[in-house]
Amino acid sequence: MEKEKKKEKEEKESKKEEKKETKKEAKKEEKKKEKRERIIAVPGEIIASGPEFLPGEGTRREGKDILAMKFGLLDKKDKLVKVIPLTGAYIPRVGNTVIGQIVDITFNGWIVDILSPHLAFLSMTEYPKYISKNDLSEYYNFKDNILTKIKAVKSRSVELTMKERGLRKLEGGMLLRINSTRVPRVIGRAGSMVNTIKDETGCNITIGQNGIIWLKGKKMEDELLAREAIELIVKQPFIDGLTEKVKTFLSEKKKEKKSK
Amino acid sequence: MAFKRPDGRSFDQTRKIEAKVGIIKKADGSALFSFGDSKAIAAVYGPRQLYPQHLQNPEKCLLRCHYDLASFSVTERKRPGPTRRSSEISYVMTKALEPVLHLQNFPNSVVDVYIIITQADASTRCAAINAASMALANAGLLMKELVSSVSIGKVADAIVVDLTKEEEDYTITKEGKEEKATTDIPLAFLSRSEKLSLLQLDGKIKLQELKQAIAAGKKACVKITEIQKQTLKKIKEK
Amino acid sequence: MEISSLTKKRIEELLKEGKRLDRRKPLEFRDITIEQNVSNKAEGSARVKIGDTEVIAGVKLSVMEPFPDTPDAGALMVGAELSPLASDKFELGPPGIRAIELARIIDRGIRESEFIDLKKLCIKKNELVWAVFIDIYPINYDGNLIDASALAAIAALHNAVFPKIKNDKVQFGELTNKSLPLKDTPITITFYKINNTFILDPVMEEEEAAQGRVSMALTFKKEEFLHAIQKAGDEALDEKEVLEVIELASKEGKKLYNKIKTHLKIK
Repeated sequence: MEKEKKKEKEEKESKKEEKKETKKEAKKEEKKKEKRERIIAVPGEIIASGPEFLPGEGTRREGKDILAMKFGLLDKKDKLVKVIPLTGAYIPRVGNTVIGQIVDITFNGWIVDILSPHLAFLSMTEYPKYISKNDLSEYYNFKDNILTKIKAVKSRSVELTMKERGLRKLEGGMLLRINSTRVPRVIGRAGSMVNTIKDETGCNITIGQNGIIWLKGKKMEDELLAREAIELIVKQPFIDGLTEKVKTFLSEKKKEKKSK
Repeated sequence: MAFKRPDGRSFDQTRKIEAKVGIIKKADGSALFSFGDSKAIAAVYGPRQLYPQHLQNPEKCLLRCHYDLASFSVTERKRPGPTRRSSEISYVMTKALEPVLHLQNFPNSVVDVYIIITQADASTRCAAINAASMALANAGLLMKELVSSVSIGKVADAIVVDLTKEEEDYTITKEGKEEKATTDIPLAFLSRSEKLSLLQLDGKIKLQELKQAIAAGKKACVKITEIQKQTLKKIKEK
Repeated sequence: MEISSLTKKRIEELLKEGKRLDRRKPLEFRDITIEQNVSNKAEGSARVKIGDTEVIAGVKLSVMEPFPDTPDAGALMVGAELSPLASDKFELGPPGIRAIELARIIDRGIRESEFIDLKKLCIKKNELVWAVFIDIYPINYDGNLIDASALAAIAALHNAVFPKIKNDKVQFGELTNKSLPLKDTPITITFYKINNTFILDPVMEEEEAAQGRVSMALTFKKEEFLHAIQKAGDEALDEKEVLEVIELASKEGKKLYNKIKTHLKIK
C-alpha cells in the first residue's frame, strides 16, 4: 500500500512538473493522453484484471476480472473502471435538465415527451407558482417546449419540476436534436465548447441532457451557423483539438459571409 | 464418395462475412451482417414505452424481435407480411438474444429489434441473430456479452459450417432413389460463457455426429464473435 | 417526438428568405446515389440514397393467366413495405394508408407512362403473360420517400432481366440476359408546400412542417408529357399555385431526369 502511495505521489509530482513546461508541450501531452485513452469496449470483454479495480457504470466483476457490459469508450480513472456509451437512446436520471415537448394535458398536469423510455409527467404543483385547475393550457399548451428538470424516475414514469431558476417555457428560436451521448462533447470541458459557439455566433444556447438543444440568435443566420457548428462536433470521430477546429470553422464561415 | 463443398470451402470455413454497424440513422442501434449471399440488416429501437399496456411487464423491459424476408430476397417471390415461419424465427431469435441482456432497469418498456433479410441463401436466421446482437450493443444496452450464430450441417457424411441453399438441398442416390442428405442445425453461442442460446435441428443425425456438430458450431462462433467485436471497435462515432 | 412548433415556425421564416435548415436552395436535392443489382435473388434490384433517406427496390418476375380485360398484356404489381426498421414513424402490421398511397403513386407513374411495354409481356394470348412485381423497402427514412422510392423502382426495372422459362413454368434462379421491354423512363418528382413556397426533397422536419404536397410523374424523351399527379396534404391549393407547381415540375423534373440518365445509361 505504502509503495503505491509513493508511486501516486511521484506521479502527481511529475504531473506538476509537466504543468511548468511550456503551454504548447502541455497541449501535446494532453492530445497524446486522449489518444491513449481512446479504447472502445465491447460487451463481454475483459477491461481490467485484479482485485484493486472497482467496477463502475457499464461494467461488472467476474472473479478477478472486470468485464464491459456496454459498448462504449473505456474510462479508467484511478482504479475506477467505467464504460461511457457512444450511442443509444436517452436514459433519464434524477437531476438532469432536459428539453421536452407537451404532448397532453390532464386534469392535474402535463404529459411531456423528453425522449426517454417513458413519457414524463409535470404536475401542476411543480409549476413555479400556485395555479388553479381551470385551464392548464394557459400555462403550457400542446406542442410547447419547456426546459425542465427530472425530479424522480419511477418504474412507469418520469416526474418533472419547473421549480428552479432558469427552468421555463422556450420562446422563439429553434430546436436541434442530437444523440444524448454527444451532449458532454458539445458542452466541452467546463463549458468551453458551447461558450466558443455562443461567443462566435452570438446565439443563446440551451442544451438538454436528453440531446435536445435550443438555439436563439439575433438573426436566423446565427442560428444556422450554431447549428452547423454543433453538427460538426457531433460528426467528428475524435475530440482531439475539437474546440480549435470549431473556432476555425466559425471564423471562416464568418469571413465567407463578409466577403459576400 | 466423399462430399466436397460446391463452393470449394473447407468444412470448417464460413462464407465471406461482411459486418457493419450504425447503418440506420433514425434507429438507436443498427447493424448489417452477411454470410456470403445471405444478408441481414437489423435496427434497434428502445427502450421505449410499450403499448398496449397489458403487455407491460413491471419487472423488466420486454425484448421483441421481428424477422422479415424481403419479397425479392428469395428465388420465388415471397408475399409480403408475416408467415408462420417468420413468426417462429422471430420468437427463437428473441430467446437467443434475451439471455445476454440486462433489462431490469426499464420495467414496463420495450426494446424492438427489426430485421430485414435483403438477400437469402440459407442460414438467414443466423445472419439475423449476428446483426441483431451487434445492433443491440450499438444501441448502448447493458449486455453480458455478444451472441454469435452459425448453421452447422451434416451433408452426406460431412459436418460442415455455414450451409448454403445448395448444400441444404443436397441429395444422394440410395438404392436407385434420390433422398435428402442434409441435416440443418442452426445454433447460437454465448462464446464467453460457453452457453447455447439457439439450437434447432431438421433432418436425420446420429447422437455422436450431433456432438461433433455442436463442437464445430462453438468453434465457428468464437471466430464470429471476434469479427463482431472488431466491427464494433472500428465504429466512427457517427 | 413530432416537430416542435418553434422549429416549424423557423423553417417557415427561413423559407421567406429563400433559406433552409441545411442551407440548400428551395428546389435543390440532396446528393443522390443509385446502386443497381443489390439483391441477387431478384430479377432486378436497386438501392437509392437521397441524403440520409435510403430505399431498396426489387423486381420479381413470374408467369400468370392474363386478366380478362387485358388478355394480351402482362401485369404490373407494385407494393411498399414501410418497416419500422427505417423509422419510428412506421408501425408494424399490414400496409396502412401511407404504404398503399406510396405504392399507388409509384404504380401510376410507371403504368400511365407505359414505361414497361406490357403488350410485349404477353407469352400466349388469353393463356399466359409475364407478371412484374416491384417491391419497395425503405431502409432509412429522412424525408422524401416518394421520389426515392420511384427512383429505386425505375432503377430496379432498368436492372431487371427475364428468368428462364420451360414448359410455361419459370425456372427460378436461372436468368437470361434479356432486359425488360422498357420505353421512356418516367420521373416522379414531389413538391412540398410550406407557407407559400414550394420546396423539393424535404428532410424529415421540413416534411412535417409542410401543409401540402403534389407528386407528378413525367417523361421527357422527345416530347414532354405528364402522366400522373397526386395532390395530398392538409391544404387546398389555389389554381395559381397548381399552375405554378406544374411549371416547376417540368423544369425541375427535367433536371432530375438529366441527372439520373447517365446513372441508368439511358440514351
